[in-house]
Amino acid sequence: MSWIKARRRRPVAGYAALLLGLVMVTVLYGAVAGTGGGGAQAQSPSSQSDIAAGETLFNFNCSSCHGFGGVGHAGVAPSLIGAGAAAVDFQMSTGRMPAKEVGAENERKPTTFTQQQIYEIADYVQSLGGGPTIPDAQQVSTAGADTALGEELFSANCAQCHNAGLSGGALTYGKDAPPLTQATATQIYEAMLTGPEAMPVFGDGAISPQAKRDIIAYVLETRSETSPGGLTLGRMGPVTEGLVIFLGGMGFLVLIAMWITAKRREPWDAAGSLPGSGSGSGSGSVSVDALDAPGDAWTEH
Amino acid sequence: MSTDVNIPKALSGTGSWLDDRFHGARGLRVFMRKVFPDHWSFMLGEIALWSFVILLLTGTFLSLFFVPSMNEVVYHGSYIKLDGIRMSEAYQSTLNISFDVRGGLLMRQIHHWAADLFMAALTIHMLRVFFTGAYRKPREVNWLIGIVLFTLGLLEGLFGYSLPDDQLSGAGLRIFEGALQGIPIVGTYLAFFLFGGPFPGTSIVPRMYIIHVLLIPGLILALITAHLFIMVHQKHTQMPAKGNTERNVTGQPFFPYFMAKGGAWFFFIFGALAFLATFAQINPVWLYGPYTPVAISSASQPDFYMGILEGALRMMPAWEYSRLGHTLSLGVLIPFALPLTIILGGATFWPFFEQWATGDKSWHNINDRPRNAPVRTGVGMAAVVFYGVLWAEGANDVIADKLQVPLYTITWIARILVFVGPAVAFIATRRICLGLQRKDRDLLEHGLETGIIRQMPNGEFIEVERPVSEESRAVLEAKKAPALLPAPGAEDENGVPSPASRGAMGWARGVANRAFAETIVAGNGHGNGHGPNGHEADGHADGHEAAAVGAGEGSGSGHEIGSGSSEGSGGATALPPGAEDES
Amino acid sequence: MSEMDETLGVSGGFEDAGDPEVLEGPGGSVESAGRHRVIGTPPPTPRLLGGSAEPGSSLVPAQGSPVEGGGHGEERMSGESDYPSHARNAERLVVFFFLLAFFAGCGFIAAYIGLGVFSVDKVFRSNLALGLSLSVTLFSLGMGALIWVRHLMPDYEMVEERHDLRSTNAERAAFQEYFKEGTAASQFVRRPMVRRTLMLATLPLALAPVVLLRDAGPLPGTSLRHTVWSRGRRLLVYGTNQPISPAEFSAPGGMITIVPDGYQDDPDALAKAAVIIIKFRPGELNIPTRYAGNTLIGTPNWTIDNIVAYSKICTHVGCPVALYEQTTHHILCPCHQSTFDATTGATVIFGPAPRPLPQLPLALDSSGYLVAASDFTQPVGPSFWERG
Repeated sequence: MSWIKARRRRPVAGYAALLLGLVMVTVLYGAVAGTGGGGAQAQSPSSQSDIAAGETLFNFNCSSCHGFGGVGHAGVAPSLIGAGAAAVDFQMSTGRMPAKEVGAENERKPTTFTQQQIYEIADYVQSLGGGPTIPDAQQVSTAGADTALGEELFSANCAQCHNAGLSGGALTYGKDAPPLTQATATQIYEAMLTGPEAMPVFGDGAISPQAKRDIIAYVLETRSETSPGGLTLGRMGPVTEGLVIFLGGMGFLVLIAMWITAKRREPWDAAGSLPGSGSGSGSGSVSVDALDAPGDAWTEH
Repeated sequence: MSTDVNIPKALSGTGSWLDDRFHGARGLRVFMRKVFPDHWSFMLGEIALWSFVILLLTGTFLSLFFVPSMNEVVYHGSYIKLDGIRMSEAYQSTLNISFDVRGGLLMRQIHHWAADLFMAALTIHMLRVFFTGAYRKPREVNWLIGIVLFTLGLLEGLFGYSLPDDQLSGAGLRIFEGALQGIPIVGTYLAFFLFGGPFPGTSIVPRMYIIHVLLIPGLILALITAHLFIMVHQKHTQMPAKGNTERNVTGQPFFPYFMAKGGAWFFFIFGALAFLATFAQINPVWLYGPYTPVAISSASQPDFYMGILEGALRMMPAWEYSRLGHTLSLGVLIPFALPLTIILGGATFWPFFEQWATGDKSWHNINDRPRNAPVRTGVGMAAVVFYGVLWAEGANDVIADKLQVPLYTITWIARILVFVGPAVAFIATRRICLGLQRKDRDLLEHGLETGIIRQMPNGEFIEVERPVSEESRAVLEAKKAPALLPAPGAEDENGVPSPASRGAMGWARGVANRAFAETIVAGNGHGNGHGPNGHEADGHADGHEAAAVGAGEGSGSGHEIGSGSSEGSGGATALPPGAEDES
Repeated sequence: MSEMDETLGVSGGFEDAGDPEVLEGPGGSVESAGRHRVIGTPPPTPRLLGGSAEPGSSLVPAQGSPVEGGGHGEERMSGESDYPSHARNAERLVVFFFLLAFFAGCGFIAAYIGLGVFSVDKVFRSNLALGLSLSVTLFSLGMGALIWVRHLMPDYEMVEERHDLRSTNAERAAFQEYFKEGTAASQFVRRPMVRRTLMLATLPLALAPVVLLRDAGPLPGTSLRHTVWSRGRRLLVYGTNQPISPAEFSAPGGMITIVPDGYQDDPDALAKAAVIIIKFRPGELNIPTRYAGNTLIGTPNWTIDNIVAYSKICTHVGCPVALYEQTTHHILCPCHQSTFDATTGATVIFGPAPRPLPQLPLALDSSGYLVAASDFTQPVGPSFWERG
């Protein structure tokens, strides 16, 4: 009988099988679960605008909800006159637009448009009624930014929705503020400027472009820094910590306690017991099969 | 049998020197031979004990570096993201410990994980003691000490995680102050005295510090000592098993067995905490930023053991009444006071309530199996569900965000569940307990199925049954018959109703008594156990299983399970049941 | 009975099937390795080791649980392991674990000396190294100790008797006797004036600790009724501390956190004076004129250019209420989900908050910046008994 088979009825065998199963599921899941697709890369807006190309794209892809000329459609989609290129670039580069359905909260998803196409549509919408323009690389550069000020502004105006650890948060009626783990610097700038969906507008008069850069620097720094204490547990605070201590900590310790107090069984390598002591392992009497396992199996302590 | 161990001269010399002064030999030997019963659930309290030791050790380390002051400073330390920010010295010293002291972050994290583990272990330990009835006479005082320890632990943890003065814990303090302020008549005074003025002031951190490192640990240490001393003096309870009686303790002696196991346990607990502190980040205060009353983060929850208060605050409707220049804010007062009062107050009074309801004044050194006490287990589960609903509601915004459930829906569900849940839990648990008792009875009567079919000479097929082993029989028969008090208004042989059964209290006592006394009786074992007595009985009918009220030992002599003459059920047991009760 | 019964060990043969479960009579002893049932002889006189018999401590060990060795009427712990060859393997394992603990412990000290901190990445490395070595040390010690006790020490079980917790009646009587004697000697009962004045004397001392706490804090007075906002005080953007004008705060749907000029670094003031301003499109605001008693507490006149200012301190228990949803005009407090409608004067829509957020009257100063027209006209923040 193989080594494993001889031990299949040990109590520890059950735990080992469970552990093996969990490990296999984890490995399989990790292999198949992909990371979320990123949006289109943010680049400096192209100096060449092709408003006509943008109009064509817009009419094919956006006008069904937003109407021709971006006038909007009551109850379906808002007017885009005055929305500005920045709003278009944000919504489309994060994949939120084109929206998958009317009225739903739009979540980040992989975009099907190239950045060039997005710029063209943005230029077209900008031509409809003006609005905030796409920030260039210098405007979102975090060189020389003051992360301390960024922290103060972020915690007073952003953390209550997006969480101090950038893990996002719940809003009312099923909406939520997304985590800030994937947004590019440009997208963050544009989001502050245009106030997408439920997010308020943080205009340049309230939060100056430099202050915006400070906030962006703070966000980028926070999400890229190593977590020195170990796994972040989702950066959601004490909720996950409590789960870990109960399920992980107490669960593990209870298993150890069961081991410490388990009844001693005859060991597998108990050849040659002391005379006068020992149970006379299986003492040559009627061979016992599983039916005659000691009644402990039925004892329910 | 060889005890050929040479005790080194140094040890025996020191021992003699001490013994000359303290008369220690006999006492020490008695203690070394103390028997500690072995069951894994008895080790849960030790988790809390060793966690507390670890808290003391790591806390001492932290206290060497922590500065309990709210003076404002500008940060110029190693965590450059916050360079230039104004913060309190307390927060700065915490960042210092985390980033500028070797091993500092590790000690901080071990300390915080140990605090969480302390409370988690206390919760599970309390539940174990409750569900096994180990709080009964003579251990009521220890139970009460335990409740006080739990409460002290709550406060200790609250003050502990508030010391770094970070955004998350500061929000918790703000909530605490707001709730305090709402207390009628004395609220504003309490708040101003505690905080040394309006919120936040500059006094709260130093005050919390001295409460956290001196006052409460001192109290906890004293109470733990009392708790353990009482436990050693009264000897631990033990699980029902063969050879275990109300008058003995079976197990392994302290020296060397329990000592070694306790030491191993300490190392495992410490190791688990060190492992968590290495791989699981806890309370990253640098992410939250220093406290300012102007800012807040989403997913702001206190540590889990305060979760029930948080959930109660979130769940409560906005009931406030203003009359004659005064405002009573029940929306704050009820969540602040009621849930903990129900849980802790209920726990405090339960042993005495149970004694009153069952009339059981005997000593109990053998634990109950939870199924053998359906009402107690049901009430316990109801309390667990009540606690759990409030606790889950405390995390409602995290649940809403991560599980994509609308926020208000969760609150409404919790508002309903907090009432319905415990009721359903009680009913279901009681039924499950009674069902398990039936299963036990069947095991006793029928034995175990072997899956072997035999054909009798007359052609009938039967399944061969194997009677349960002696150990199992001892456990299954450990159920004590609950005492039945006289029914309300019932008269004794002289026509006089018992005084205790008169009036509203007497009626209430009768109702409670009957609920507690409902149990599944073991059948008489006639034939194959399917005789008329094989049915369940409630407390009324079978007088034979009602032990006398106030019996000294309470040994379950009421189990007449057919004294050994179980015909036809593969007749094994030669030992009459109940023999194990004799000492 | 057929051989099947013997196989199953039914009817007494069960014990013969190698399951050395033994039956005992009271204090019985078992002769051999569990094949025979012997009920009978009382235990030998307990051997007492040095000293008189301790009450309540029996030296008779229980007959060992079936599978293990030991317990054949022995009363002392064996000095040898139960299964020598197994014990040799176990010993090797224990030695291995203790050595591992040693090396991991040395690793801990080396990591402490060798790995510095002072940056987030370095702290990560140091924490990992220190924590891992510490965990390995501790777990190894635990494993070693556990294997030692479970596999090296001989299995041994003891039974100890519980002594009565209740004192005997004689003991109780003696106690009562002495107590009465002592009480009589103390004259405590015979001299009531002594007794009563004693209690009287200790009463102020008992109150003294409470009295001594008086200076722990000032009386609240009316401080909860006012904030530092006053006529002409400028609104500053928190963080940048810049004043703000309606022209700068012109994007509809905008929100920003505001602090009073002169108190931007004063947490005590900010805990009541923090404000949010929200910009609406024309026609969106619908603030009713409201009174609390005779006090005006809300009116459209307090807005400037569709900019409205509300207290940021939640009226529930004081968290900053800061989540502003542009699409629904709801202000949501993240602590306990109190929700306020910003277009109707921050009235409560959901949650435990009892009252709307107080509105700050706005005005413009000569430079065109937003200023407060006056303090809040009602107390901000959580309710309190004297609020009215």
